[in-house]
Amino acid sequence: MENLFLSMQGINKRYAGVQALDNVDFAVRQGEIHCLAGTNGSGKSTLVKIISGVVQPDPGAEIVINGNRVHHLSSMESIRNGIEVIYQDLSLFPNLTVQENISISETVSSRRRIISWKKSRETAKRAMERIGINLDLDAVVSGLSMADQQLVAISRALTGNLKLLIMDEPTTALTKKEIDALLAVVLDMKAKGIATLFISHKLNEVMEVAERVTVLRDGKSIGCFSSNELDDKKIEYHMTGTTTTYSPYHAVPDTGQVPLLQTRELSKKDNFSGINLTVYPGEIVGITGLLGSGRTELALALFGLNPPDSGEIRLSGKPTVIGSVKQAMHHGIAYVPENRLAEGLILDQSIGKNIVITVLDRLLTALRFIDKEKVNSRITHSVNELSIKIPGPEAAVKTLSGGNQQRVVLAKWIASNPGLFILDNPTVGIDIAAKSSIHAVIKQLALNGMGIIIISDEIPEVLYNCNRVLVMNRGRIIREFVSRDTTEEEIQAFIEATAV
Amino acid sequence: MKKLMARHETYVLTIIVIFSIVISIINPNFLTLENTFDLLKSYAFTGILAIGVLLVLISGGIDISFAAVATIAEYLTVSVCIAMGGSMVSAFLLAIAVGVLLGSVNGLLIHRFSIPPIITTIATMNLYYGLLIVITKGKWIYALPDFFRSFADVRVITLQTANGIPYGLSVITVIWIILMVITALMLKYTRLGRSIYAVGGDRISANRVGLNVAGIQVFVYGFMGAMAAVAGIVQALLVQTVAPNSIVGKELNVIAAVVLGGASLAGGIGTVFGTFLGVMLLAIVQNGMTLMKVSAVWYDVFVGLVIIISVGFSSWKQKTGGRRVKIDVREDLPELAAAYGGSGTDTERENH
Ligand SMILES: Nc1ncnc2c1ncn2[C@@H]1O[C@H](COP(=O)(O)OP(=O)(O)OP(=O)(O)O)[C@@H](O)[C@H]1O
Ligand SMILES: [Mg+2]
Repeated sequence: MENLFLSMQGINKRYAGVQALDNVDFAVRQGEIHCLAGTNGSGKSTLVKIISGVVQPDPGAEIVINGNRVHHLSSMESIRNGIEVIYQDLSLFPNLTVQENISISETVSSRRRIISWKKSRETAKRAMERIGINLDLDAVVSGLSMADQQLVAISRALTGNLKLLIMDEPTTALTKKEIDALLAVVLDMKAKGIATLFISHKLNEVMEVAERVTVLRDGKSIGCFSSNELDDKKIEYHMTGTTTTYSPYHAVPDTGQVPLLQTRELSKKDNFSGINLTVYPGEIVGITGLLGSGRTELALALFGLNPPDSGEIRLSGKPTVIGSVKQAMHHGIAYVPENRLAEGLILDQSIGKNIVITVLDRLLTALRFIDKEKVNSRITHSVNELSIKIPGPEAAVKTLSGGNQQRVVLAKWIASNPGLFILDNPTVGIDIAAKSSIHAVIKQLALNGMGIIIISDEIPEVLYNCNRVLVMNRGRIIREFVSRDTTEEEIQAFIEATAV
Repeated sequence: MKKLMARHETYVLTIIVIFSIVISIINPNFLTLENTFDLLKSYAFTGILAIGVLLVLISGGIDISFAAVATIAEYLTVSVCIAMGGSMVSAFLLAIAVGVLLGSVNGLLIHRFSIPPIITTIATMNLYYGLLIVITKGKWIYALPDFFRSFADVRVITLQTANGIPYGLSVITVIWIILMVITALMLKYTRLGRSIYAVGGDRISANRVGLNVAGIQVFVYGFMGAMAAVAGIVQALLVQTVAPNSIVGKELNVIAAVVLGGASLAGGIGTVFGTFLGVMLLAIVQNGMTLMKVSAVWYDVFVGLVIIISVGFSSWKQKTGGRRVKIDVREDLPELAAAYGGSGTDTERENH
């Protein structure tokens, strides 16, 4: 008998219209590093919520923690058993400081009624030291970048009497360096007998450390595999039943035309400087570089959210000032932000309404009423185009799995049919199979004459989907690669060599 | 210093100072100790209600029924004291018991049926107030027990004006201050207090870290009820009559004061000190207008303007200060190009 920390049998969870989990068995050994894989909507987060006691399984489930049968697992009970979760949406308190966010689990589970701010500060400091970061403890979390917020969430999980740490896509917004630090902590915890359960779509990252992998497909468990018998292709096969291959995008845009976008010496103090960027119709330009290289600031400048101090923007040859989002949209520019889940959706509204919100004015009848039929066909088209897994267009967006919510945001902006489409990390949190279908959609849009800018941390993503790859570093474009003439390794080596 | 600038309280305080200077230039009677003590006494009623509203707002809720709760607690307590006697202590205790009961009902309803708090408390406001009018037939009470009269005149510090009239720090003000201090300490230093901020910041996250969200909600509305009850008694002390219809209708003024003091209607944000400043700002505006002989009909217009300017300014400040990413922009492009080949500008591309 192996030493199981957690064992679950016969887990079912049904939501209106969806069997999120279908008779799943699952187990985590003590001190094990375990990975949970599956496509978007396969039930990973639901399983995690059951383990953490936030969601109750349907009757008939059997849960054993540390050899003790648990009849009703509440969130308090789960925390007392040493289970901590870093959620996909981070679950932070935007109004509180970094310090309070990190120490709150400990505050809640300790039975002291009076708070010691000194102690809470020490707790927070210690947790940050464990992953080697140093954030301002008094900063309010809502003002932090996504990456910093993620670090806060991770630090919080490290404060208690940990036995099992669950990370629901923990690495999406982290740099390579931070991911390495995190994996080092996980290995260090393993040495202390603490188990880790990873959920990640960036599998290669996790496979470096994982020992076993459980694969879910459509709410069913496909099986639990030892990680050394798996590679990317095999996992993808278990997850989806098929495998895909990357096809590079080399359709050459007609550079004789007037460029869609041309910037000249675009600068903004403390953000970026001397940016000369040209995008032709039908061209896909990739921008990569480390986090904090000014990529997002540049994108925001093109979308009217971060107006530059000097330089010129020409749209289809005409000098243009983009002072607001409204103007940007008027000029046919669309921007899918990095922090999509927070900025892009009205969570309580239906999926359908979220998709058509930007284009309602194009879906009117002759009498300027909303044309139900046009709306519905638009929605159906978008849902199929991005293979969004939904119970029905009337369901609220918040009931979708994380990855499917992201696809709704993409669908919304694609529906607006922009001339210039800027995507900031468009496939973060999206499973491998869906990733390639999103890439196919983007390439098709370009073939139809749209100009596209893809910002991404993942070099393969920009390399295989773009005509050109620009590397940004500390506010400047420091090099341009033509995709056809370069390799993943060359770009990676260049980025590492120029990193400070 | 930077931190101070970023705080909403600083703006409110600045506005208070400016107003005080303007008003006292026009009427020097404004900035006297006597007038200050007087304001602190007469605004204790609003101030105590505001403490309760503050907690509700921080927790992400809202309460419209507190004026009705205050009236019921006041009416019932005074009636009981007239019929059976008692003391100030028993009066406060009885009122608080009634207030906590009615307030907790709000909390339970909101939690149990997940009806939005604004709807729940509009309903209970009508229910509570309606029942009170039905039962009392709207009768006023004029003859308060003696201990109500004598207690209202108790002063903790007594001074005299030039022509020998005594004035000073009223015991009513002291009650208000004590309640503020206790609440401020609770919010800052107890687990319960911090939990209220957490629930207001993100309810789902609060649930996930194992907080008892239901319990916290019931507590907050119960606490609101207790503050309403104390305010009800204070009102009886201040005006020495009990009228079933004198408080109801003042809800929005109190909520306005709390919002003015920096609390967010979206929850999670607010301080006792800010709330105190919000109440005092309203007090100064009203009092100042009287002293400057501006017609009272302008009061609402003025309060509206003050709220828009003060709240608008601080959220505008937050918005513009929103994205503060600072990148140390590279200045060594030529060297970099020499070292690695190729510079970033894609201008040369245009030639081919
Ligand atoms: N509260 C809810 N109400 C209705 N359906 C839900 C709810 N929560 C989840 N679901 C459904 O359950 C299924 C599984 O969702 P889950 O979030 O577990 O997926 P996931 O594997 O975590 O996906 P992702 O990789 O996209 O995060 C999805 O079809 C989702 O729409
Ligand atoms: Mg998920």
